[in-house]
Amino acid sequence: MVDSQSAKYPTNEPLTNEQVNKNTNKMNRRNFLRNTGFVAAGSLFVPAFMKPLEAMALDELSLYKNLVVVQLSGGNDGLNTVIPFGNDIYYQKRKSIAIKPEEVIRLNDMQGLNPNMAALQEIYDQGWMTIINDVGYPNPDRSHFRSMDIWQTGSDSNQFLSTGWIGRYLDSNCQTCKFPYTAIEVDDSLSLAMKGQTKKGIALKDPAALFRNTNDPFFKAMLQNDKEHLDEDNLGYLYKTMIETSSSASYIQNTSKVYQSKSTYPTSGFANQLKTVSKFISSGLKTRVYYVSLSGFDTHVNQIGQQGNLLKQYSEGMAAFLKDLKSNNKLEDTLVITFSEFGRRVEQNASNGTDHGTANNMFVFGGKLKKQGIFNAAPNLSDLDTGDLKYQLDFRQVYGTILDKWLDVNNADILNKKFNTLDFI
Amino acid sequence: MMSTKDNFLKVKHLYNRAGFGVSYTDLQKLSKKNLDKVVDNLIKDSQKDDPINLINDFESKRQLLVQAGLYAKKDLTDDEKKMRQQIIREQNEVSRDLNIAFITKMINTDAPLREKMTLFWHGHFACRSNNPFFAQQLNNIQRANALGSFKTLLVEVSKSPAMLQYLNNQQNKKGKPNENFARELMELFTLGRGNYTEQDIKESARSFTGWMYDKDGSFIFRQNLHDTGTKTFFGKIGNFEGENIIDIILEKPETAQFIARKVYQFFVNDTPNETHVKELATHFYNSKYDIAAMMKKMFTSDWFYSQENVGTKIKSPAEFLVGLSREFYVTYNKPQVLIQLQSSLGQYLFNPPNVAGWPGGQSWIDSSSLMLRMRIPSLVLNDGEIDFSGKADPEDEAVIALSRTATTNANANMKPKSYVNANANWPKFLNTLPKGLTPLALTEFLLQPKLNNKITTMVSDNKGLRSTAVEITSMPEYQLC
Repeated sequence: MVDSQSAKYPTNEPLTNEQVNKNTNKMNRRNFLRNTGFVAAGSLFVPAFMKPLEAMALDELSLYKNLVVVQLSGGNDGLNTVIPFGNDIYYQKRKSIAIKPEEVIRLNDMQGLNPNMAALQEIYDQGWMTIINDVGYPNPDRSHFRSMDIWQTGSDSNQFLSTGWIGRYLDSNCQTCKFPYTAIEVDDSLSLAMKGQTKKGIALKDPAALFRNTNDPFFKAMLQNDKEHLDEDNLGYLYKTMIETSSSASYIQNTSKVYQSKSTYPTSGFANQLKTVSKFISSGLKTRVYYVSLSGFDTHVNQIGQQGNLLKQYSEGMAAFLKDLKSNNKLEDTLVITFSEFGRRVEQNASNGTDHGTANNMFVFGGKLKKQGIFNAAPNLSDLDTGDLKYQLDFRQVYGTILDKWLDVNNADILNKKFNTLDFI
Repeated sequence: MMSTKDNFLKVKHLYNRAGFGVSYTDLQKLSKKNLDKVVDNLIKDSQKDDPINLINDFESKRQLLVQAGLYAKKDLTDDEKKMRQQIIREQNEVSRDLNIAFITKMINTDAPLREKMTLFWHGHFACRSNNPFFAQQLNNIQRANALGSFKTLLVEVSKSPAMLQYLNNQQNKKGKPNENFARELMELFTLGRGNYTEQDIKESARSFTGWMYDKDGSFIFRQNLHDTGTKTFFGKIGNFEGENIIDIILEKPETAQFIARKVYQFFVNDTPNETHVKELATHFYNSKYDIAAMMKKMFTSDWFYSQENVGTKIKSPAEFLVGLSREFYVTYNKPQVLIQLQSSLGQYLFNPPNVAGWPGGQSWIDSSSLMLRMRIPSLVLNDGEIDFSGKADPEDEAVIALSRTATTNANANMKPKSYVNANANWPKFLNTLPKGLTPLALTEFLLQPKLNNKITTMVSDNKGLRSTAVEITSMPEYQLC
């Protein structure tokens, strides 16, 4: 959607301050009023008062440990993902939707992967994958919204937090948290998980588009010489957000635009998100947390085909991503976790699907896992809580482990109480 | 004696906070009146209660009955499965229509204070229901009592099927109490955290046992499921029933404080001034929880118009969308886009994040939501192309799972171009402006914060009022009210 008018201005020649002022104040700013909203403008001009932020980035460490959070929305059926084929109860309770023992990709005598996850076998065999069984929380909530809220904020089930766990990590005065691009969600809008009280992550699907938008003449005109707005009040907050967005957009675009991935990814929206993350990590972006999601897991009806299709997309995307990171020597610095807001009931329903349940498995990937393979005992299908799995581990123990051992903060500061850490990293 | 110019700014502030803005013509007329009179008029204009009647009671009951029948059966025939899916589909569609009906009502209302208060109660008594009839009913309760007695409002909300279902009071039975409703009643609806004990929650939960709705979707007190034993609640001992509990809660001045503080944060400032809150709370309590009396007290207080309270609040997405649409007489040819916009901006009406409602204030703003807010005026007023899609609502996941065939990709990038497809009525808008109004004067009218040099310079070279309007509404300053 490049506006024809913007072609009047050179795209690769930096303009002088006066030129920019003149242009933005007149002709060019009119682009904004046209029907494409923010349009490509071209100049790489950065207002002087935004410079310190860019300068800060240069003297930063080069070794970065990254966390990638993958959210499966809708409540993925963990029992048909990691199949307890060694347990008869599984076959009794799921007469028409159980995965046959001969189709399961066996990991040990009890559990194996859904056949649609074949792409992950190699990853598993390399020791890059850990499966944590039965992760949940006390008094589980079966509403998608509420349970996702709980997972994203890291709250108790009767507690309402308006900040996310990664957001509170940004709020903590960790060494790298001062950059507004410390946490990036590859999406159009920002999840609650990424929102802190004073700091928030950035949502972007396409770094070039965000860069174009923040370089729109109107947007830039709004930021010109605007020191007077940088107060602590709400208007100051709006301007601060604009400045950080603009600054981050430039940093992200300029750092990552030269990088060309040599790996091939499957063609899916999900794989595209991961490809973007890989591009950011491999080009050395000083971001610590990435967030992506895949939705459609609410399989009440005819689950086999739908979930199979999604698991295939998930696994093929993940395998390509992890191998790409490996080839760029980034796998050891990267930790990937996958969660869903809840698992599903042990017994299938009458529509060849499953209804909302409780505890679920989580996956951890990385080149430096301490405990590889299956982390803890398979779900106990004979000791249920009114038809639902009982959780073995609180999801905040997993978060706590990552916060303590990977992001180097005290998990009690982020999670509001101390959680015992686990030994997967 | 107050100058007209001074009054102009005060009335403008009043209508921005108590309603969704004001046209230039009305503002000019109102500015000539005494401010107390303007407040009286504002309240008088909102006397009429005009409920949303989108969803037919009869059809909804039929669906409820069919659903209840289907849920009771273990094995469904293919036809029954189809019927159930059909009902879910219809309900989702009607839920979207209800959302649009509410936001459209706010855009077109001539009772702005009532609708603004309804929006306030919509966030205070936050609730999700996948039954659109229940959701409509709760919305109408909040509208009917928006400016009435808080007690009546509280009792009616507590008896509404939507809330009984959402907070699990259907499962609250003698011998097996479910505390969800009792807890939120005190924590979020009345007293606030720290003003009750866990024991108070347990005892009040027992008192609400048997508060249910029947298969027709009407409130019913099931005596046989009610715990008739003696309860001790805030030191009082008795054989309490739900309404007794509500009465005891209202006797506590902490309830008036809690509501007054929340009203203050919604209408005046994110950061409460405790002296002003106390003033409001005392007035509210002494008026026996008369909401209109509290609102009048607030709108006639000097501090309501003081500098730190003008042009300093971040508009909620609903206030932003309604204000913009109202200002420019926008009609949406595909009103579903209003849902997409609400969702992308983080306030999908009827779908609050949880029973605590939307946190508001600075939490509305992050890099992506701010960029989007700054683009929306040009999208809506100039029919621009949308290049964002937002996330699916978690409750829509089942629909996504159903509609996704084996060949389509999740999050597929191949989408047809989409437009807001709205029409601003420019002639009508321009007609409300006095002849010869300068772009600068229009800017002063459209923005609530004081103008600074930069904005003054930016608009001074602008020739047309229409392009000035689009530019002004795209500024960060327009995000404040």
